[in-house]
Amino acid sequence: MTSSVEVVDSGGGSAVPPPGAEPLASPGPKRGRRSSWVYVARRVRFYLVATWVAITLNFFIPRLMPGDPAGAIIENLRRTQTVSAEQVRAIQRLFGGSDDPLWRQYFGYLNQLAHGDFGISTAFYPTPVSEVIGSGIWWTLGLVGTTTILAFLLGTGLGILAGRRPGRGFDAIAAPLSTFIGALPFFAVAQLLQLFLAGKLGWFPDIHGYDVDNLVPAFDLYFVPSVIHHALLPAFTIIAGSIGGWLLGMRNMMITTISEDYVLLAEAKGLSPRRVMTQYAARNAILPSVTGLAVSLGFVVGGSLLAEVVFAYPGVGYLFYQSVTSVDYQLMQALFLIISLSVLAANFIADSVYGLIDPRAREDV
Amino acid sequence: MNRLRLPDSTKVRVGLMIFGFFVLVALVGPTLVTHVFGLSATELDVEHLREAPSSAHWLGTDKNGRDLLARLVVGTRTSLQIGLFAGLIATGLATLLGIAGAYIGGRTDAFLTAFTNIFLVIPGLPLLIIVGSYVKGRGGWWVTALIIGLTSWAGGARQKRAQALSLRNRDFVTATEMLGESRRRVIVFELVPHLAPLIAASLLFSVVGAIFAEAGLAFIGAGNPSIISWGMLINEAGPNALFNGEWWTFVPPAACIALLGTAAGLINFGIDEISNPRLRMVARKASTRLTAVTGAKR
Repeated sequence: MTSSVEVVDSGGGSAVPPPGAEPLASPGPKRGRRSSWVYVARRVRFYLVATWVAITLNFFIPRLMPGDPAGAIIENLRRTQTVSAEQVRAIQRLFGGSDDPLWRQYFGYLNQLAHGDFGISTAFYPTPVSEVIGSGIWWTLGLVGTTTILAFLLGTGLGILAGRRPGRGFDAIAAPLSTFIGALPFFAVAQLLQLFLAGKLGWFPDIHGYDVDNLVPAFDLYFVPSVIHHALLPAFTIIAGSIGGWLLGMRNMMITTISEDYVLLAEAKGLSPRRVMTQYAARNAILPSVTGLAVSLGFVVGGSLLAEVVFAYPGVGYLFYQSVTSVDYQLMQALFLIISLSVLAANFIADSVYGLIDPRAREDV
Repeated sequence: MNRLRLPDSTKVRVGLMIFGFFVLVALVGPTLVTHVFGLSATELDVEHLREAPSSAHWLGTDKNGRDLLARLVVGTRTSLQIGLFAGLIATGLATLLGIAGAYIGGRTDAFLTAFTNIFLVIPGLPLLIIVGSYVKGRGGWWVTALIIGLTSWAGGARQKRAQALSLRNRDFVTATEMLGESRRRVIVFELVPHLAPLIAASLLFSVVGAIFAEAGLAFIGAGNPSIISWGMLINEAGPNALFNGEWWTFVPPAACIALLGTAAGLINFGIDEISNPRLRMVARKASTRLTAVTGAKR
């Protein structure tokens, strides 16, 4: 993997390879379909390594802590509840409190993961951690997945509009507003919207994922509308909190692209302004945004977790909050792993899309 | 005299002024509040719990009757300390790993790039929360700063590497190599000074990023309960403070964070305009039009 060609990251970021890209080798003669397979193979290899690192980090973090964390936690738990011998053993095992050599513990850990065994949750004792997560993951996938894609599409679309006539019309409002909202912490946006839209105006329910007092989860005419009604405000929060970044990024790239010669040529040929903007300017300007999708995904997911806490939305973020406040390390670590792996999977998809829409990324493999 | 020239951009100036204000508060605020106003950030007062702002307590009191103005001012110092320390660690690591990789090249670069990219795609906040809850309550503010710094360097390293790559084959680097200088010397005395403006800017954003990270960490409950920081104030206010009507516990620290974030946003915008002439033309067009309009009105 010698890097003979230099990648220069210009300020606008037009030449940024996706995060998994390795130092670029000289573009070989491989082109077309074959090179896209090589590209995907490289991405698969990178994400496999990243997955292994996440799993291994998860194993080593508790074992690297100084002192006797297991003893401290068991003491802590005893103050609030009765601790069974099984719980004590589970916590000690988590911190490597066994006589086995480290490598055996590591393979034991990998074996457990392979069987989906994350231990028993102490916060929801005696439910297994995998069941607790199973109850939350669909809520988060539905909410965060939908809103991330929506925010990306909306933000990029509005960015095209803003970048078309910079400094005028729509852009004069959108650019400063996005800067300001982007500067607010996610949980502040969530609390403000909760106060005004749920509290003062009463348009939306303030907390929970559905009407917990009157309904039981089922796929019926009462439950589904309640779920949608409860999801609107958290969804709006996540979109409002993350749309500005996409908008600004796309706007700045549009402004840079618009002054390229090929856009001028397209205009000179007499093509309709609409066609010039979408087919010539936006199509090229969008590439860094797709790359950015991969990098900022982790950030967006982190922010969404905080929004879930404000709305007591029964997803992974709220579970994370509960596991932290009730010192449930088993659940916490499993959640970290699940969130990391989901983000890695989403990143892999974004990277592959990038390879599809930008032939240069494939050729550079 | 004119060496420390501020960029000729209103956005950058306003941003830096907001920064300066917070630095001033962090430096003299705690002394001022305790010795001039006679307020304490830690003194409990069971007769005045959860009080709205009044003439005695300008920003009200918390659930333990502690004065929130004093806590906010002390928190400003802690948050900026955390931001600065974490920012220095993150920027230092990013500079070292990024520039070393780009300059040395070959396998070292391939390894460092892969290492950086892996930490870039692993979500930062969940990782921070895990580590934060294991070290919870241990050490002071600097432990929080340390873990934030150690988990947030990856983006910067990538950026530094890209910038250093463009310098690697420049004449002044080759000249230094011809003189027989060591690699370490080339990196520390040639490349790093050359990238100094970029490093300074990224330090600024790392500082703000770390303050945001501390707030997020504390908000979810994995902060250090023994310190007074903006994040811990928000944590003590609880996740539904606004909705429950206790706005004075939440608004001041959240507004401080938002103001600092806005300052960073303004500076970022300004730097973009300076480094990308095409964006600058837009700003200039807009401002000339603005003066034309206001001039016409006069």
